[in-house]
Amino acid sequence: MTAVNGIAGSGAELAPREGTAAAWTLTEAHRAYRHLASQSVDPVGLEQRAAVLASRSVKTVAKDHALRTAISLLDLTTLEGSDTPGKVRIVSARAVRPDPGDPSVPSVAAVCVYPSLVAEVAAALRGSSVKVASVATGFPAGQVPLETKLREVEYAVAAGADEIDMVLNRGALLAGRYTEVIDEIQQIKAACDGRHLKVILETGELGGYEMIRRASLMAIAGGADFIKTSTGKLPRAATPPVVLTMLEAVRDVRDETGQRIGVKAAGGVRSAKQAIALLVLVVETLDPSWLTPDLFRIGASSLLNDLLMQVRRRDSGVYQSPEGFPVD
Amino acid sequence: MTEVVARTWDYAAAPESRDAVTISPRYELWIDGEWSAPEAGEYFPTVDPSSEQELAVVAAAGAADIDRAVAAARTAFERGWASDHTGRAHYLYRIARILQTRAREFAVLESLDGGKPIRESRDVDIPLAAAHFFYYAGWADKLEYAFPHGTRTPHGVAAQIIPWNFPLLMLAWKIAPALAAGNTVVLKPAETTPLTALLFCDVVREAGLPAGVVNIITGGGDTGAALVRHPGVEKIAFTGSTEVGREIARAVAGRGTHLTLELGGKAANIVFDDAALDQAIEGIVNGIYFNQGHVCCAGSRLLVQESVQERLIAKLTDRMRRLRVGDPLDKNTDVGAINSRAQLNRISTYVRYGIEDGAEIFQPDCPLPAHGYFHPPTMFTGVTQSHRIAREEIFGPVLAVLSFRTAEEAIAMANNTRYGLSAGVWTEKGSRALAVAQALRAGVIWINTFNKFDPSSPFGGYRESGFGREGGRHGLEPYLQLT
Amino acid sequence: MSRLTVTKTNKLFIDGSFVRSESGHTFTVAGERFPRASRKDVRDAVRAARGGYVRWSALTPYNRGQVLYRLAEMLDARRDQLEAGCTGPEEVDRCIDRVVWYAGWPDKLTQVLGSSNAVAGPFLNYTTAEPMGVVGILAPTEPPLEGPLSRLAAVLAGGNAAVVLAGEASAPAAMVLAEGLATSDLPAGAANLLTGPTQETAKVLAAHLDIDALDLDTAADLERLAELERLAAGGVTRVVRQGATEQSLACVAGFVEHKTVWHPRGI
Repeated sequence: MTAVNGIAGSGAELAPREGTAAAWTLTEAHRAYRHLASQSVDPVGLEQRAAVLASRSVKTVAKDHALRTAISLLDLTTLEGSDTPGKVRIVSARAVRPDPGDPSVPSVAAVCVYPSLVAEVAAALRGSSVKVASVATGFPAGQVPLETKLREVEYAVAAGADEIDMVLNRGALLAGRYTEVIDEIQQIKAACDGRHLKVILETGELGGYEMIRRASLMAIAGGADFIKTSTGKLPRAATPPVVLTMLEAVRDVRDETGQRIGVKAAGGVRSAKQAIALLVLVVETLDPSWLTPDLFRIGASSLLNDLLMQVRRRDSGVYQSPEGFPVD
Repeated sequence: MTEVVARTWDYAAAPESRDAVTISPRYELWIDGEWSAPEAGEYFPTVDPSSEQELAVVAAAGAADIDRAVAAARTAFERGWASDHTGRAHYLYRIARILQTRAREFAVLESLDGGKPIRESRDVDIPLAAAHFFYYAGWADKLEYAFPHGTRTPHGVAAQIIPWNFPLLMLAWKIAPALAAGNTVVLKPAETTPLTALLFCDVVREAGLPAGVVNIITGGGDTGAALVRHPGVEKIAFTGSTEVGREIARAVAGRGTHLTLELGGKAANIVFDDAALDQAIEGIVNGIYFNQGHVCCAGSRLLVQESVQERLIAKLTDRMRRLRVGDPLDKNTDVGAINSRAQLNRISTYVRYGIEDGAEIFQPDCPLPAHGYFHPPTMFTGVTQSHRIAREEIFGPVLAVLSFRTAEEAIAMANNTRYGLSAGVWTEKGSRALAVAQALRAGVIWINTFNKFDPSSPFGGYRESGFGREGGRHGLEPYLQLT
Repeated sequence: MSRLTVTKTNKLFIDGSFVRSESGHTFTVAGERFPRASRKDVRDAVRAARGGYVRWSALTPYNRGQVLYRLAEMLDARRDQLEAGCTGPEEVDRCIDRVVWYAGWPDKLTQVLGSSNAVAGPFLNYTTAEPMGVVGILAPTEPPLEGPLSRLAAVLAGGNAAVVLAGEASAPAAMVLAEGLATSDLPAGAANLLTGPTQETAKVLAAHLDIDALDLDTAADLERLAELERLAAGGVTRVVRQGATEQSLACVAGFVEHKTVWHPRGI
């Protein structure tokens, strides 16, 4: 698809410059933001579209496929003050082989922990395909100085993180200091030193879909590889209309620049049904090629068991009991 | 890691079970609270448009049958139906509840007989039909609040003729207000979609309505023509084509019969460059591909501001490629079967006109079922006001895209039609939305939405889209003589 | 020798101007000559009314009410002439009072006829009473002033433009009425008055595709009503039958369109 011209600052200027790590100048980021973010979002129409897609019926072989895909896209997450090396080792083991009795069940995409546990997880996952993801930048509130955020990122990277999940500076965003928001992401991107950067928007704090769209575009302008819904610390996080809004922003960026940005839905996704509904959103808004760990993730702690239950129910034809699956 | 990421992604077939409904091999006429055979003994088949298979044969009502139906309705009217306000309310509530309870049965039958996607019959047609009865039930014993001045008297026997695009919903739009106001009815469903109206007779029976209050007679155009000419009919309500509407108006000229017509349309859906584009795309798609475009208020003319046209068309073509055309009973089908062979031919003719007149056609590369009447979602760009596809009602999944530069130009183009049923406006600017809505000569204006219906919301047209309103307090008025 | 009186030439009232009939034909009532409107006069009047409708309906309802009230003032100033053209002072009183009554309606119609509708979803939904367009009026000729004026006042109160066919007996009254209309600040074309036998012109008007509604005299015989209604069916033209002396909201309500507007509500 060709980029649409005729509006200043659109199109090719969004593409990163060759050979530069921090590819974006502030001016270009601003222009990109202003162009695509000028499109508003009607909440009623958006929610209606999400509801129609949620009513898609995914059955039989399509469901088998969807369940395994969902597992492969999981960021198995534990983000508690009570996390210990022992706990994250158990999580890591499950991440590599979610169901030791069923080799058709894939590994998950990543394990997501706090920076202090990254080294432990990296050791446990060594030799597997599962990535180590670390939250950073004063997760979940992000109300720490930029210097502290940068040191934290550098620490996680040094400890072996493949991916950094930073939190967007909502304080600056809601105060209207958009330049600061984008500038901060760019600096953190640089500190990631080539690691994948996911920017958590914390959509529940942004006040509406329009701001979610704007924040998505700011994060992308700042250099995010992924945009992520939430920290998981707030209710009403990765709802279908929220994820749809972000997918549409990603689609618009793709259509204008060809860039492929990932989306991570995290927070409140507990059932296989919810997970499959998210996959439907991706397929019907972008396309099936987006259903790879490079471009779509589901962040969750308890979802894995429900997905495994559904896999076994499909294979055996018998409804399963939660007691048959390990409690982490 | 196991390779599970497929290159393609498709939903497996998810058909709704046909077991929900039992179809009789033959249907008679529902007159005076019982089934009776047509006196001439004639029947016609009704088919499943998605398979071209015959579903049943249905009685063709003749003059003698119409006499009986009108007489039954007249007798029921005189037996106190008009004066029992509380009773009417209770009967209508019962009907609403039974429709809700038997919703799946009706949804499956509607999709089988008419070809519309089960998602629509399940989520739109049947729930709205039940809601319509529920809404008017509440008016039946409150007519003096609807029209507080003077007197309000039901007309008597209402003859009602409905189309094939929303069979049960149009039945509800007709019967609910008529009965609430105290009339009795003789209703004729469309020739190609009689089955849900006939199943509705069983709801009438189950609700225990007095015999003759609701009479359902089936047949083709001849039956309808005879019904509206019957001297025992005091009120006629018709939904259908403008051409037939004219004929009816001519037929009843001078008789003093109360007449309401809900006819065709060629609605403009106007998109300004500041619109919430992704929702506008949904509104455009819903506006023209909902129910295969068999919608009198369909947004069949897309007027898009030139400055956003390229971007919008790119989004729209992408969205059209995602529409799933196929088995009406599959829960994932977005566009079902065209209602009849005749309608499919009509649509194909207009598509040919579009090409002949010089517009550029786009159809997504979607697979169509081997059997049945199907038509791919179609969009024409480069259309001008003079093209036939921009002026005449196609009643199919065919969108004509025209561009405009200013709001004044958009309004002039939108109003440049003999029709005036509905219109859509997409802009984030409140003052512009309200000004355009006021300037548009149409009975229903959807701003930043499209094809929304509600029992409390009056619906009806300007000019050749007909007269009278259905829905809301306004929908009672055609069924009452007010002084 | 006494001074010669300057006599008035009676003319049709089309598009705010006094014009002779295109046909050049006249007819005589009580020794006075009046223009006999032709098919082409009907055509011109409908065209004028389409423009008049745009101007008249664009005024605020408050403004339309004031113009109608001024019409009452202008008629009151011409009572002597009006009395001469009708059944007498009582009819003139009734007519002027009726115009005052209708003058109060324009800014109340939507409040009385419209509604705010509680739909089952996140939408604002309201219905307003909007002007219908151009209305063709086949005016009752009995009483001669009250017939045309009652019908016209109701149609104007709805925000519509009118083409009034005033029959032969109404011609003297219609001439004075036209002068009242011309001095009442009514936009040009909003009201057009044609005099003469209506046998042919009524058919032309009824069949005209650019009128939105037809106001028929209930006193006309059934066969004629049927014929006109058949002609009106060609354009799906609304037909309202009303009596000469009726004064009611229904007379206005028959000439408004109900427009329902939806808008989503969401944050």
